[in-house]
Amino acid sequence: MKRITIDPITRLEGHGKIEIFLKEDGEVENVYFQVPELRGFEKFIEGRPAEEIPHIVTKICGVCPGCHHMASGKAVDAAFGVVPTPTAVKIRDLFYMAHFVHSHIAHFYALGAPDFVVGPTAPKAERNILGVIGKVGVEIGTEVIKQRRIAQEIQALLGGHQTHVMLNIPGGVRKGLTEEQRADIEVKAKGFVEFAKFSLKVFEDVVLANKDYVDIILNGPYKLNLYSMGLVDENNKVNFYDGKVRVVDQDGNEHCKYGPREYRDFVAERVEPWSYLKFPYLKKVGWKGLVDGKDSGVYHATPLSRLNASDGMATPLAQIEYEKMYQILGGKPVQNTLAMHWARLIELLYSAEHCLELAQDTSITGQDLRTPITKIVGEGVGIVEAQRGTLTHHYWTDEKGMITKANIIVGTTNNNAAICMSIKKAAQGFIKKGVTVDDGILNLVEMAFRAYDPCFSCATHSLPGKMPMILNVRNDKGELLQQVKRNHTT
Amino acid sequence: MEEQKPKLKLAVYWAAACGGCCVSVLDVHEALFTVISAADLVFWPIALDFKYADVEAMPDGHIDVTLFNGAIRNSENEHMAKLLRKKTKVLVAYGSCSHMGGIPGLANFSTKEDILRRVFEETESSINPEKTRPQTEYTVPEGKLEIPEFFNDVRALDKVVSVDYYLPGCPPQTERLVEVFMAIVTGAQLPPPGSVVGAGNKSQCDECNRKKTENKVISKFFRPWEIFDDGETCFMEQGVICMGPATRSGCGHRCILGNAPCRGCYGPLEKVEDPGAKMMSAISSIIEAKESEEIEKVIADIADPAGTFYRFSLPASMMRRKLI
Repeated sequence: MKRITIDPITRLEGHGKIEIFLKEDGEVENVYFQVPELRGFEKFIEGRPAEEIPHIVTKICGVCPGCHHMASGKAVDAAFGVVPTPTAVKIRDLFYMAHFVHSHIAHFYALGAPDFVVGPTAPKAERNILGVIGKVGVEIGTEVIKQRRIAQEIQALLGGHQTHVMLNIPGGVRKGLTEEQRADIEVKAKGFVEFAKFSLKVFEDVVLANKDYVDIILNGPYKLNLYSMGLVDENNKVNFYDGKVRVVDQDGNEHCKYGPREYRDFVAERVEPWSYLKFPYLKKVGWKGLVDGKDSGVYHATPLSRLNASDGMATPLAQIEYEKMYQILGGKPVQNTLAMHWARLIELLYSAEHCLELAQDTSITGQDLRTPITKIVGEGVGIVEAQRGTLTHHYWTDEKGMITKANIIVGTTNNNAAICMSIKKAAQGFIKKGVTVDDGILNLVEMAFRAYDPCFSCATHSLPGKMPMILNVRNDKGELLQQVKRNHTT
Repeated sequence: MEEQKPKLKLAVYWAAACGGCCVSVLDVHEALFTVISAADLVFWPIALDFKYADVEAMPDGHIDVTLFNGAIRNSENEHMAKLLRKKTKVLVAYGSCSHMGGIPGLANFSTKEDILRRVFEETESSINPEKTRPQTEYTVPEGKLEIPEFFNDVRALDKVVSVDYYLPGCPPQTERLVEVFMAIVTGAQLPPPGSVVGAGNKSQCDECNRKKTENKVISKFFRPWEIFDDGETCFMEQGVICMGPATRSGCGHRCILGNAPCRGCYGPLEKVEDPGAKMMSAISSIIEAKESEEIEKVIADIADPAGTFYRFSLPASMMRRKLI
């Protein structure tokens, strides 16, 4: 059997590869997406003091460290039996909105946009952030870099360390805001809102105005029929920092809604012998393999699933955009993988608006930064939405607050099965009998998982958005038939 | 007429890492244009298309400088370390993980078996009655699939290949990287191979802005949440363990500015073999107790001393790993 090996997919947290097996006639037989890396945080945080864990787990990912810091901080609060002060919660939420603004800007412009602004089969050398800047102009490009940097500056101001944030301490935060700092962030957040609106306009002008792009979003081989997961507030509106996890089925009906402590009743993980990454699924539906549909417990946890799982956005401008997206794409839930890019921009607008709301609340400069700890409960679960999916940290401690056990389900891990299936579907859709596998085909396959903004592709958030790849077509004797590289074919 | 100097050939690679080091390289922002005008990036899997095969095809010593980040956790990391050593003139251990093992190095408190069992069999959300584990080779109906071997020990880069310079930090401060890079580009005299670059020769305490009192002694250590930090007094004097005394300067006190005590990511000072030994001496100089029994009692309040003193450096320390 012929096989196409894509190795390495280098924008992972570490490394990854895709094996595409072809039938004799050139059609796709099967596809495996393998994550060959493991570090074992669940084990080696055992024995550490619980309050140190929010600073250790940031090192799971250098691109979304703030998400691990928040989920971990909440799990430790719960294990220490403490509710953070109102001011601390506001400061954490403010930090978190800046984290989303930075990440969503980077993903859209550096990673997603090249496929649309420059074009899915445009010359490879142009299909990156520089190509995007070439199309939209240096002025806009500079604005992209500036807005993302401002979001990072807000994170550094609140969290001390610019990458591996030090904000959380059990019961609250280590540092408050002065009135001057608050006023400064308010001005910056207004800039975020304007920039998010502008980004949605770019999407409308460049993507939605182009019939071919709309066609590929709606009719390309990028559609799966999955359950959708997302964190919602008490009104079932999207929330990133806190709330309950809601899952809706393929018809948009609520499958379940659970608080952090109940996650194990609803989510389970499967182990496959060919990957170091586990495969979460909905426990009550069950694991039926890498298949979609109502009988399969495979779900996704992405910007699009979060919108699907909610009844709307908690801020006014984002709500308008939310309604518009569903109107154009034919109602809820939307299952077109590439619509994740659109949903991400709606979330960007929400993050910006919510960031502004928080910065305009003058009580955020309060001095009630920490609730004292009176008793150690010994177990806690913290759930937040990471940019790339629902993130769950669960810790057990002894009576002194030392970690005895830990369980972590990372944002992207939720999407492991869905990503495998999306890649397979795109490969089947584009690699056909008689089709020469070239770079354009390769990129169309790649677009399937790029939409998920997988966290194992860390730094794609900041640089030219091409995934370096090599693709070997071999016969069943392992002889090289054809090699496609990103920059040239040999 | 002076010949134009050829551009520097620069590579950046990550092994067992979180991506934070690569982000610190990206964070050069506008200075990226300076970098690009002085150097050709010949391999940077995060951002560029060059592949393992491209590196293999390079003549030995082709790359002038490689910034290698991440620890050696599995067989792929080791293979790439050896390959890049062969192809590189100046190999830099970039960041805490390649310098000392870093946070992934905490895994040396456990064994491979402990980790695999916990992650794949015992974790409370895993349903795995057959006790399936990832296999380095596994045959599916369509053919054989392979993944790298997970080693028992995490190692620092210099335990696998020889290293020319160490640029510490988790991640290194971007300003330090730019300074080192400019020194290389301008041909400035570099310290002898094997040196730490991009960091100070003083301790964190020497440059810390928090208030310190001469001859201050304390009678008890606290966990950070057991006290209310006043935001200005030395953490050790407030009874909170801070790795400042045993840690190099150079980071800009970023954690301390966030009101968090240092955890030692920049590594031990020159000529300090072991951060744990250095911390014990710093601790004994600040505690009031002088009788050994009393001293032991005070020290017993320190939660997880090994995991704190060797937070970033276990694989590179004298202890190296928990003895099984």
